[in-house]
Amino acid sequence: MNNRKIAFLGLFVALAFVLSYIEYMLPLNIGIPGAKVGLANLVVMVALYTVGEKETISLSIIRVVLVGLTFGNLSMMLYSLAGAGLSLCAMLIAKRTGRFSVTGVSVLGGVFHNIGQIIVAMLVLETESLLYYLPFLIVIGTITGVLIGFVANLITTRVKGVFKM
Amino acid sequence: MKKNDIILIAVLLAAALLTAVGMRIWQMNNTRDAAKVVVTIDGQVYGTYPLDEDRTERIELPDGSYNILTISDGYADVTEASCPDQICVKHNHIKYSKESIVCLPNKVVVTVEGGEDSEIDGATF
Ligand SMILES: [Zn+2]
Repeated sequence: MNNRKIAFLGLFVALAFVLSYIEYMLPLNIGIPGAKVGLANLVVMVALYTVGEKETISLSIIRVVLVGLTFGNLSMMLYSLAGAGLSLCAMLIAKRTGRFSVTGVSVLGGVFHNIGQIIVAMLVLETESLLYYLPFLIVIGTITGVLIGFVANLITTRVKGVFKM
Repeated sequence: MKKNDIILIAVLLAAALLTAVGMRIWQMNNTRDAAKVVVTIDGQVYGTYPLDEDRTERIELPDGSYNILTISDGYADVTEASCPDQICVKHNHIKYSKESIVCLPNKVVVTVEGGEDSEIDGATF
């Protein structure tokens, strides 16, 4: 890891933290538990396509722990860890297959982010009834995934030049 | 965007639509006149109320937080709650079997149970 990468990683952590804070202040409330825009996923996407996979995994973990310690409690940290973890796994796999562009990877990230959160909620509440939200969570994850993928693509093409210098 | 991305999005949306429609059909066919509203807190049954009787129930938690359940005109709804996210209050009212309103912060789940034969629902225990 060179100095430029380290500097960018620090910047990404700060950005992801700010975006999580914005989402915490302005939550998406459409009456569906587990539905999140996942703004911080934008930074994760950009990091994945610029600084690299290992760095992106550390970025995700640092973000979840920082946000959890600052705004939430243990159960909230558990939700976001499951969401972020599953989402990142899906994105890493999708990216490695080489079959999808930034958009496809981002869509999978968005969908699995919501699925991860609902799975933890089902375990915590000991109810299977949350499963009925799955279709809505898939649709929301797909829409936010397309939007985030679009923006991430714009940013990535501009930031990438910096790493080639 | 690649062709694969578009296929992925189409498959996801189609799967979501099919499951949503399928679930709604199942719910409508499994809701009988004797439907009940079951309230659980943290997986434990707190109370059971008939869906065809209008009432307002204050669901009180040991730590002072609460959800107010209103049953009227055959619908169950959470009309007020102490939780910070208010997702349960924003949720549409429910009437079909297995529909539920969830309050994650309070760990409260309000579920409609269809009819006679779902008296003992193993999954809630
Ligand atoms: Zn609530």
